[in-house]
Amino acid sequence: MEIPYSVKANPVTGIPNGKFGIWLFLASEVMLFGALFSSYVLLRVGADVWPHGRDVGLSIPLATLNTMVLIASSVTMVMAWASLKMDQFKKFRLYLGLTILLAFGFLVVKYFEYTAKFHHEIYPSTSTFFAIYFTLTGLHGLHVIGGIIVNSYLWGPGAKVWRSEPDRFANRIEYAGLYWHFVDLVWIFLFPVLYLL
Amino acid sequence: MSEVVNHHPVHEAHHEELGFLRKYVFSTDHKVIGIQYGLTALVFLLFGFSLIMLLRWQLAYPGKPVIWLGKILGENFMPGGIMLPEFYNMLGAMHGTIMVFLGIVPLAVGAFGNYVMPLQIGAPDMAFPKINAASYWFYFVGGVVMLYSFFVPGGPAQGGWTSYTPLADIAPVGQTWWLVGMVFLITSSLLGSINFIVTIVQMRTKGLSFWRLPVFVWAQFVTAFLLLLAFPPLEAAAVLQLMDRLAGTSFFLPSGLVVSGQMIPNTGGGSPLLWQHLFWFLAHPEVYVLILPGMGIVAEVIANNTRKPLWGYKTIVFSILFIGGMSFTVWAHHMFMTGMGTTMSTFFQTTTMIISIPSVIILTSLLLSLWGASIRFTTPMLFAIAFLPMFAIGGLTGLPLGLTTSDIHLHDTWYVIGHFHYVVAPGTIFALFAGIYYWYPKVTGRMLNSVLGKIHFWLSLVFMNGVFLPMLIQGMAGMNRRYYDPTATPWGKAMQPFMEFISWSAWLLAISQIPFVINFFWSMWKGRKVTSDNPWDATTLEWSAPTPPPHGNFPTPPEVYREPYEYSVPGKEKDFSPQFIKEA
Ligand code: HEM
Ligand SMILES: [Cu+2]
Repeated sequence: MEIPYSVKANPVTGIPNGKFGIWLFLASEVMLFGALFSSYVLLRVGADVWPHGRDVGLSIPLATLNTMVLIASSVTMVMAWASLKMDQFKKFRLYLGLTILLAFGFLVVKYFEYTAKFHHEIYPSTSTFFAIYFTLTGLHGLHVIGGIIVNSYLWGPGAKVWRSEPDRFANRIEYAGLYWHFVDLVWIFLFPVLYLL
Repeated sequence: MSEVVNHHPVHEAHHEELGFLRKYVFSTDHKVIGIQYGLTALVFLLFGFSLIMLLRWQLAYPGKPVIWLGKILGENFMPGGIMLPEFYNMLGAMHGTIMVFLGIVPLAVGAFGNYVMPLQIGAPDMAFPKINAASYWFYFVGGVVMLYSFFVPGGPAQGGWTSYTPLADIAPVGQTWWLVGMVFLITSSLLGSINFIVTIVQMRTKGLSFWRLPVFVWAQFVTAFLLLLAFPPLEAAAVLQLMDRLAGTSFFLPSGLVVSGQMIPNTGGGSPLLWQHLFWFLAHPEVYVLILPGMGIVAEVIANNTRKPLWGYKTIVFSILFIGGMSFTVWAHHMFMTGMGTTMSTFFQTTTMIISIPSVIILTSLLLSLWGASIRFTTPMLFAIAFLPMFAIGGLTGLPLGLTTSDIHLHDTWYVIGHFHYVVAPGTIFALFAGIYYWYPKVTGRMLNSVLGKIHFWLSLVFMNGVFLPMLIQGMAGMNRRYYDPTATPWGKAMQPFMEFISWSAWLLAISQIPFVINFFWSMWKGRKVTSDNPWDATTLEWSAPTPPPHGNFPTPPEVYREPYEYSVPGKEKDFSPQFIKEA
């Protein structure tokens, strides 16, 4: 049995099922992070004192570096998809591989940031500021890990589909890309909210 | 796949290859998944119901021991057969959780939505069959986690189905399992709702425009959006509460909180009200998740048994859409008594009054659909008709709760319990029964017995009202909900006969379900076989599929020629013109 529009676009909506599905998924993610950001606002407004991230030891240079790393990974993700569209599988592998490496780079920097905090005996339980800092960045970190898993699968065993069904595979890369841009975007919000404001 | 003509034999050969596990357990067929959802949800409904049967003993006869139960449940729950207050709280909390998240929603959406919706839109399956199966398994694991929590030290969650903080933050470990279970259930409904929306938008068969969709499909469509967008904030809340419980944060703990005479060591600075906002942001849309699929089922059954088009099809659909959007703006009507300020209260009071209007419109349209009809009083129709006044009581009793002045008196009393049970129990559950009696022949090829069905209906109707009507009176007289010993106050003592009456009604209601259980299993093997694929002479697409529908549903994709409820069209030979039959 063949599911209609699982690869080809539906003539009315102009997109295949998967693309619709990933947009809906991202809509729910917006609600998830939206709720957390709203909680942040509520807690901050209700607090007697609220520190600036930089005054309590958050490193703006490291976070800026990480912002660059994630933006770069979004660019390589697009390049990976574009390479597929131009039928250049080797280049695709290269760019997707780079995306995965950059994501790892992000996590390594994050790891150093976290351990620096722990060395100074700073934990989520230290203050409401650090509670929300660890929760938001932790949840975002989980999303990065999720992206690494998906992308690694598509780089490795999942890439077999390219030979039998190139369109389906290119779609999958596109969806993974949409998700990855979203993860990037969340960080673009987290960075100023936690480190700068 | 290209040779459509040869499709059938190929297909059947393919079927043989699937082993038992792939076919019935880890199936990706929307119908098998629907049945899995349905059976699991019915078991959970029964379990959640038994919890409250137990609780009703304490309310009817506070502190009176039941020795044999004490022996079964042990010292931690019922020492010497007397129910501990903690156990009472666990029963209440887990009853609510299980009924809402593991019973009604999985039955209304997971089972009926999964089984019927793709058939009604003429699709071969859901858009993402594997994700559909995953959705069931997340639900299943979530259920197992909730059941497991009964066996952890300190027992399961005891902070109500709402898990209000700070109480839930400092509760025993069962609360952590509750949160973990909820995360699984939220993931399940996320996967399900994406599937529903994509399927309905992308996979309607030829000729089936949006304005030709059955009301049931519309209801599932809007419900899916509610699940998709309202559940993530609860997930966020669950994450924050988990952090509070496991990592020692104080998201929901205010400064200087004293528990049992001791300052608790957390930093404080959090907001207990934040939990309530996040929870009700989900849970108000959730109540429409509980009711909309039921309304959809009732619309189908009423159209079929009045042999008339629904009165105001478009009006009903617009009302459903309006409810869907509006339901995100009323949540704080559950929080009038939290001191959130009059501006906020006025806003949420206004939106609550506005959202009542489409509910009344839907109800009125369904009621007017009965006007002048020669009604077939089949079992599904009895349940569908009874839904109308029951839902009306539920909805109307909501209005005084939505007005701040009267809610001050009624909040946190048995009146609130009466209100929402009228909507969910004789409301949604009756609609779900209507759906079971209506679609059973499509699923099994056999009819449910109508004598047993009618016994089931009349007894349930009487005892449902026996349970919930007195609650409204108790509440208006000032009886608080969630009291362990209702005789602890003088006014409670005076009202004690009500408690006894309700408990007996509830136990008799339980007994009234026996004919249904017998019917359900007996008819599977012994019920009257259907002689056609369309035993109710209905008009929608699911009745054009073979009985029971095979993997892939339709031998050839059906085509739709008309609107969903063309019954008794003047000048036609038969009193129904199915969507799928082309006529001159
Ligand atoms: C039709 C218009 C409705 C209005 C105006 C309305 C209004 C309200 C209000 C204001 C409350 C809060 C009462 C309080 O705690 O003091 C409430 C509670 C509740 N309503 Fe409704 N409601 C309506 C329909 C529904 C429907 C359709 C459902 C679906 C099942 C529902 C389910 C609930 C539940 C579950 C609660 C109690 C939650 C709890 O505190 O445990 N209501 N309603
Ligand atoms: Cu509400």
